[in-house]
Amino acid sequence: MADVLERLGCQVDFPKAQTCCGQPAFNSGYPEDARKVARHFLDVFRDAEHVVVPSGSCTSMITHHYEEIFAQDAKRLAEIHKLVSRVWDFSRFLIEVAKVDDVGARFDGIVTYHDSCHALRELNVKEGPRRLLGKVRGLTLREMDAAEECCGFGGTFSIKFPEVSGGMARTKIDSIRKTEAGTVVSIDSSCLMQLQGVIERAGLPIRTMHLAEVLASR
Amino acid sequence: MPGAPPENIQQTIGDQRLQLAIYSATGRLVSHRAGAVSADALPDYQELRTFANQIKAHTIDNLDYYLEQFEANVVAHGGKVVYCRDGEEVVDFVLNLAKERKARLIVKSKSMTTEEIHFNDRLERHQLEAVETDLGEYILQLAHQRPYHIVAPALHMTRYDVADVFTKSLGVEKETVPENQAKIARMVLREKFLAADIGVSGANFLIADSGAVVLVENEGNARLTTSAPKIHIAVAGIEKLIPRAQDLAVFLNLLGRSATGQPLTVYTSFLSGPRRAGEIDGPDEFYVVLLDNGRTKLLADPEKRQSLYCIRCGACLNHCPVYRKIGGHNYPWVYSGPIGAIITPQFHGVGRDPWLPFASSLCGACAEVCPVKIEIPKLLLKLRAEVVEAKKQEGAGGVERLAFRLWAWVMTHPKVYLLLASLGAKFAPLLPPVGPLRKWTSQRTMPPIAKKSFHKLWTERERP
Amino acid sequence: MTAREQILGDIRKALGRAEGQPPLSLAANLNPLVALGAAPLAAPVLRIPKTDRNHYTTLFVQNLEKLAGKAIIVKNSAAVVPALSELLEGKLAVASNAPMLEKCGLTRLAGVQSGFMDRAALRAACSTADLGITSVDYALAETGTFVMLSSPREARLISLLPPVHVAIVPRARILGNLDELLGLIPKPADQTSSMVLITGPSRTADIEQILIRGVHGPGEVYAVIVEEEE
Repeated sequence: MADVLERLGCQVDFPKAQTCCGQPAFNSGYPEDARKVARHFLDVFRDAEHVVVPSGSCTSMITHHYEEIFAQDAKRLAEIHKLVSRVWDFSRFLIEVAKVDDVGARFDGIVTYHDSCHALRELNVKEGPRRLLGKVRGLTLREMDAAEECCGFGGTFSIKFPEVSGGMARTKIDSIRKTEAGTVVSIDSSCLMQLQGVIERAGLPIRTMHLAEVLASR
Repeated sequence: MPGAPPENIQQTIGDQRLQLAIYSATGRLVSHRAGAVSADALPDYQELRTFANQIKAHTIDNLDYYLEQFEANVVAHGGKVVYCRDGEEVVDFVLNLAKERKARLIVKSKSMTTEEIHFNDRLERHQLEAVETDLGEYILQLAHQRPYHIVAPALHMTRYDVADVFTKSLGVEKETVPENQAKIARMVLREKFLAADIGVSGANFLIADSGAVVLVENEGNARLTTSAPKIHIAVAGIEKLIPRAQDLAVFLNLLGRSATGQPLTVYTSFLSGPRRAGEIDGPDEFYVVLLDNGRTKLLADPEKRQSLYCIRCGACLNHCPVYRKIGGHNYPWVYSGPIGAIITPQFHGVGRDPWLPFASSLCGACAEVCPVKIEIPKLLLKLRAEVVEAKKQEGAGGVERLAFRLWAWVMTHPKVYLLLASLGAKFAPLLPPVGPLRKWTSQRTMPPIAKKSFHKLWTERERP
Repeated sequence: MTAREQILGDIRKALGRAEGQPPLSLAANLNPLVALGAAPLAAPVLRIPKTDRNHYTTLFVQNLEKLAGKAIIVKNSAAVVPALSELLEGKLAVASNAPMLEKCGLTRLAGVQSGFMDRAALRAACSTADLGITSVDYALAETGTFVMLSSPREARLISLLPPVHVAIVPRARILGNLDELLGLIPKPADQTSSMVLITGPSRTADIEQILIRGVHGPGEVYAVIVEEEE
């Protein structure tokens, strides 16, 4: 991601104090612990010009749920309101801020795109990644039927209900296989980890890649 | 273990035949809905959802007012309203009325509210026969099962299952053609309709300004239930109210489309009071039972209150990847799927099925299709926090609680985080697969951990 | 405490409302209470189609046929009986007391029983009849729907018990959609104990989502649209 952004002339900073957005705790019923981590996030990123996040789910946590997390904390609530409009998932940053859809990448092969749930339904990210992939030389984008269906990860859900989660991933992978794509692309690393794990277990010749990795290819 | 998810979940997932039945049925409902709410078919679909949400919000926020208005209008049209705190009060009312009128046979049209209070079983104990007349519900009654789905109750059964049920219960010859199976049901149930003393229906909507019960259906069994017997009793949850008959336009435009993709279901009945002077047929007595059964408990929290907006279209079930894997019977109550996952803990307390709010990947497909815009994932999160809190009160769940506290501490101390990350990269591959790791690897391989963390790579990149 | 008192009391307590307190009206949009969660009620939303009324007949027929209903268009009431003669041939039918059916001459046909005012007699006739013949109060073009209000002229069971339902639809009675109907009849309960919208033949998909027609109600539905009738 950093490579792509720098190629576009952005000055990329990686604050080393960064850790997590707090979503794992928030989604598991521990809003108090999530709040602690969210405060840390805010301390680290408060003054950034733009925050670009390589995950739709984390982006949505910050832009959609921090408001609730800081509901009782007027000072931080005001800070997060100021910050929210500068927090982007990678694909939207490229299209809406950097205003590019062709980053000059080359990637040979058939690719299918997996809509990660939070990017799709909370951030409304749908066309952007497809537009970016469409401009990659050598790349054929082939839609699967179940593009918008969940991969089954869902954070601790994947551990609390492994059979259900695994079953969901296998349904998704059946749909990916029908496209004959060699690569499945997403903007969420957690979906990719889930899919990769099940693909490997099944011994299938499909690899998972983050959108940034594809766009960084030459 | 009490409160653990049912072990049948694994069985359901492993049952190829059942998985196919669930997938193809919900898949069809999904595609029918998609066609019916598309921009071509219903250009103002999103506006309608917003209106529906606003009307429900307003009604629930002023529920006592509309209940009283409804009651006054039912009475004005010659009907009676009976308030019931729970299922027992409903059954008592029906038993007394049946005794007074010397009634023996009750025909019923599909009603989730009566499923909720085990109406049929309770009446049966008092030697009063209540026959389900919706085809799916009838099959399930014969098979002694509860509905698998809010809208398509026998969704999990094949024609061969139905053939077995009919042979066993009705003594008919084995018949595996669905069309003929429907004929058998029509024949048996037609006799019941004509012999029944009382018809019991549910209600899709109660109209406050008219004192009317609105029923939507496709088969005609609800029309028969409410028109053939001399007594009609509608059993409805108190949340079914909408203020005006004119508001029906918004809801009817959404309900059929969301449920089965139909712009309107085959029959929509708008019923108020017993037959009027001069009307040739219709019931002589008309009762509306308004059931609480825990609903008032859902009103106190202004956010959770929206759970009562549900119009039972079933779209959230059809679109839920978890429902589509685990099916309807693994949910602990008659209401399954995402809507079941948010209302069950609120009706029965979060302690009874603590696993339920966690059985979701929070993908949000349910909220996206909900015609009244219930924020299901948000409510699931709220209920998760309540489960955690309830466990804490009981002194349970300490390990997980400690783990999250530790995690939060690490995540707010970047140096510790970096240290642990680099240790993790070295030692993770050596970890034995126990605990959460074993659960993960039961389905998938472990993701390889990068030898160098991004933090490290970045530092090297800064000092070329 | 009665169940009624308890339930209404519990509701008021949970919502923080007083007995008899009216709900917020549309004008309450500016009321500070709205911000506290009590939503105001806006005027009813009725989406009346802008289609040319002349297209309603075509639209109605199209939509009824999509549902496997059948439509016959005739010029005037005198043309109804000839149009139905084949369908009624040798069949037993029950006709409603709607003046329209008499005007068409349907009630005078052999095999057609009519004039029922007694519930038991009507029920008995309907349970053995091959067809039920009715008028309609309105029809809805957008959905192919019959609208029927129960009255001394129209019983409920004639359109329900026989396996075939024939409805005589004066063209002028075809409205655009449900919203237009509710605009015209804002409170159906003031006129009748039962208003039913009938949209195609009775159907079910309860077994394997396979569509089956005529499970409890009529499996065949005919509309005879009479162009020159009000």
